[in-house]
Amino acid sequence: MRVVIDLTRCQGYGQCAYLAPEVFTMHGDEAVAYDPEPDDAQREHVLRAAAACPVQALHVDRNTMRHWTAPVRRLGDGSGGIVRDGHIVIVGGSLAGGRAAGVLRREGFTGRLTVIGEETHEPYDRPPLSKQILTRRVPAEHARLPRLREVEAEWVPGNPATGLDLAAKSVRLADGREVTFDRVLIATGTRARPWPHEAEAALEGVHVLRTLEDATGLREALAAGPDRVLVIGGGFTGSEVASACRELGLPVTLVERGPAPLVGALGGVIGRIAGDIQREHGVDLRCGVTVTSLEGDAGRLRRARLSDGSTVEAQVAVVALGAVRNVEWLRGSGLAAGPWGVACDAGCRAVDVNGLVTDDVFVAGDIARFPHPVFHYQFMALEHWGNAVAQAEVAAHNMVSDQAHRWPHLSLPVFWSSQFGVNIKSVGVPTLADQLVVTQGSVAERRFVAVYGYKGRITAAVTFDQAIWLEFYQRLIERAAPFPPDFRHVDMRRDSGPVPAEVPERALAGEGATVVVTGHDPAERSASLLYGEP
Amino acid sequence: MAPDDVFRQILDPAARADPYPLYAELRETPVFRREDGTWVVSTYREIVELLHDPRISSDRRNLAHRPEGDMGEGMGGVSFITTDPPEHDRLRRLTVRHFGPPHSPGVVEALRPEMLAITTELVDGLAGKTRADLVDEVAYPLPVTVICRLLGVPREDEPRFHAWADAVVESLGPGEEDRAEREQARAEAVSKLQTYLADLAVARRDAPGDDLLSGLVTYEGPEGRMSPVEVIATSALLLIAGHETTVNLITNGMLTLLRHPELLKRLRAEPDLIVTTVEELLRYEPPVHFLSSRVALADIPIAGTTIPAGAPVVLVLASGSRDPAHVSHPDTFDPDRRYSEHLGFGGGIHYCFGAALARLEGQIVLQQLVNRLVNPRLVEDPPPYRPSATLRGPRHLLVDFDAVNPAAP
Ligand SMILES: Cc1cc2nc3c(=O)[nH]c(=O)nc-3n(C[C@H](O)[C@H](O)[C@H](O)COP(=O)(O)OP(=O)(O)OC[C@H]3O[C@@H](n4cnc5c(N)ncnc54)[C@H](O)[C@@H]3O)c2cc1C
Ligand code: HEM
Ligand code: SF4
Repeated sequence: MRVVIDLTRCQGYGQCAYLAPEVFTMHGDEAVAYDPEPDDAQREHVLRAAAACPVQALHVDRNTMRHWTAPVRRLGDGSGGIVRDGHIVIVGGSLAGGRAAGVLRREGFTGRLTVIGEETHEPYDRPPLSKQILTRRVPAEHARLPRLREVEAEWVPGNPATGLDLAAKSVRLADGREVTFDRVLIATGTRARPWPHEAEAALEGVHVLRTLEDATGLREALAAGPDRVLVIGGGFTGSEVASACRELGLPVTLVERGPAPLVGALGGVIGRIAGDIQREHGVDLRCGVTVTSLEGDAGRLRRARLSDGSTVEAQVAVVALGAVRNVEWLRGSGLAAGPWGVACDAGCRAVDVNGLVTDDVFVAGDIARFPHPVFHYQFMALEHWGNAVAQAEVAAHNMVSDQAHRWPHLSLPVFWSSQFGVNIKSVGVPTLADQLVVTQGSVAERRFVAVYGYKGRITAAVTFDQAIWLEFYQRLIERAAPFPPDFRHVDMRRDSGPVPAEVPERALAGEGATVVVTGHDPAERSASLLYGEP
Repeated sequence: MAPDDVFRQILDPAARADPYPLYAELRETPVFRREDGTWVVSTYREIVELLHDPRISSDRRNLAHRPEGDMGEGMGGVSFITTDPPEHDRLRRLTVRHFGPPHSPGVVEALRPEMLAITTELVDGLAGKTRADLVDEVAYPLPVTVICRLLGVPREDEPRFHAWADAVVESLGPGEEDRAEREQARAEAVSKLQTYLADLAVARRDAPGDDLLSGLVTYEGPEGRMSPVEVIATSALLLIAGHETTVNLITNGMLTLLRHPELLKRLRAEPDLIVTTVEELLRYEPPVHFLSSRVALADIPIAGTTIPAGAPVVLVLASGSRDPAHVSHPDTFDPDRRYSEHLGFGGGIHYCFGAALARLEGQIVLQQLVNRLVNPRLVEDPPPYRPSATLRGPRHLLVDFDAVNPAAP
């Protein structure tokens, strides 16, 4: 059987870990790790756990990731403007692509559905690759997502798309085949950014982490018990790899160019806390330096040279320098596709090079770049799980809906990461901030809520082992509530007022107008503008 | 009817058998203020929002106007159910440590064989009869035995604290008018229970066993340890909270199943179905109808009105779980619902501590009763209810049956 937890929804109640302790385990207060493909002998336990989850975040043998308990409202006539027939092609059969396929069928699409994938496996889930799979708590092949089996779709694995012809409405495949479509969804995601020096990257012992093969390879390398692991890059993936290494008892050095890990995503203040946690767990953390070269010996990695002149002896290096978007196959298609991703509108329709919105080409997941009303209509690409799922939902819905029934992709970004026994979650865009304040809990105890503000409005919140409060802050963001929060609440230990958020510089759009989002499910969500002084 | 009048009717024992139509009326005004200043919230979305709102306290000492005599201590002294973070979190963590993940993940599962054995024995006890009161003969003894075993309370002392626990439970509930008298009655029962537990705690500290109470008195970790007062308050809380609630789950459960004979048949054929049946029971006939311990710490704008700082707030869980804006056909009992989220165990940081245990108990007992009672029939419908509107359940549940099947091997 297959299991997936929507960790975007999960609030760390731990009920699953009580009822199926062999399958779900808690690490620290609220980080849950699980075996995505438990033995059938666990079936009864898993069903009990799934029924018990207070937020119903646990999915068994199903590809449904999101659900609205209230019936989905449709406007107008009963048909709801659904386009039921034609041929829909999905390029990229991973999280976003697989999810979209499921939603298309749920929405009542009865036409032909083709999913084109570069990878040869069934769709699998990536978050476990840097967590329970690296630590060998579960076998690597267990990362597969609940199967697409109920989704009637033609599955074309191991055959990447190499071109898109908008005029002919066809996708060209590596084997030369042309697949025509009525509507197409681009969900080709990203790949790991390789180590820039090719010969060094080819050394045995140098790894990246994006695919199942990457994870299997790295896992074996770690199992061999290297004297030291070098992690290059202190983003989420790098930090999680360092955490897995420590859990395995391996010495690890993490090199981060910025002043602290996670700075790019969460800013310097919270980054320093993450850095302290790493050091407490025995990570040799080197910030403000870069790796300048990797040196080998008979084709095997031996050491790395750092920009401060020091060297690190290591047999395994994990290059965690972020991702590159899989847009090459779209070159010459006429779409606005580039290193930034594929631009689209808030309804997931792709934008062409002239900035015109296309009708039949949709985009979802890590590859999409879309304007977010709540964040000054800035175009953003959100490389996380919750966004891939939510955006795939909206894209799929819009692919089969007429103009009057389309949904905007208005969900606020929610991200989670578990590392060093701490469950880190964020809602909103923490990098859109000038200040932050710790509202609940205590940094010293490693359990807190940090609220981010920009020009007097709340724009994000980050929790360390306090995920249960996240939705409250999400509502504050949606309502453009004033920053700093000025109300009395529980666990108020404000040792200090707002401090500069220390987020990386970036250009910010105009002020003076604020967007407020209302509504709960995608059918009823909408944005409205408030003009005047915030 | 004005919402306040609806609410008054709900509290009236006459409404005990079927308060649900009144809840439907209540939901027409999702959030309203009672004459006595209490704010009542009855719709799903609003209840969930408030359960996750850090501007809501569970500590009645935050009330702007506290009725005289109300010590704000809830059940069994200052325990974590009536405490806010950080104290709540610290005490709950120190307790979970001996009961659940991450430190004791297998404890609840490990109790299953024992729960099965106790249940089998209780149902065996019905053999030879053709009528039984399921409250006294099955539903009550099981949770009590389990919680005693878990905590390390000698089973033979059970009758003593049964009386105290009952007194505490009957004192719970919304409304500020008679709060002072109820608090008085509660305080007396609590003090007796505390004295009893204090003696037991001393005994466990000197000779610890593998029970939860021994864990509470002996454990010391990075977060320190529980003070003797905290140990007593916590164990009193567990004894009481684990008592009357599970009884109601079992009896409300049998009552509902006996009203749906087609389900009885299905449950005999589909053993997995009991899991979602219990979930649906927690939604449809929940043991806990209100949470009346909440206080607003700040002005809270909600559902077009504002709950002012310092006001007492009542969350009508049982109404929220039947809110048609949240669940379709809310008044149909349907164990086949998918992704059913309900408020049976509350939500947020005070989410029921014993939920996993209660679920297993419910599943085990109901399954056995369904499988073993031959041709069970309700003697009275509706049965007589206990007076409490908060912890709502039958006082007796008389059932006739033809025979008792032997337990499955
Ligand atoms: C190690 C790791 C850990 C992560 N942990 C977290 C986490 O803790 N929390 C979180 O929120 N997110 C996490 N993520 C991010 C999350 O997994 C991604 O956001 C998600 O996978 C995005 O899904 P996607 O379908 O858009 O893209 P992808 O998963 O990248 O899928 C794209 C698919 O398209 C295929 N493809 C590419 N080019 C072509 C082509 N030309 N033709 C056909 N197919 C093609 C690819 O092979 C791939 O299968 C993690 C990611 C990784 C790698
Ligand atoms: C079917 C049976 C049960 C039901 C319906 C139930 C229901 C609830 C509810 C609704 C709450 C929330 C209270 C609040 O928010 O103020 C709660 C809390 C609690 N329950 Fe249960 N309960 C049940 C069984 C148990 C059992 C068996 C135990 C003990 C092992 C238990 C121990 C507790 C404790 C300690 C709390 C307080 C949690 C906190 O404040 O953090 N309950 N329960
Ligand atoms: S919220 Fe659900 S999935 Fe998350 S830990 Fe709790 S029971 Fe498990």
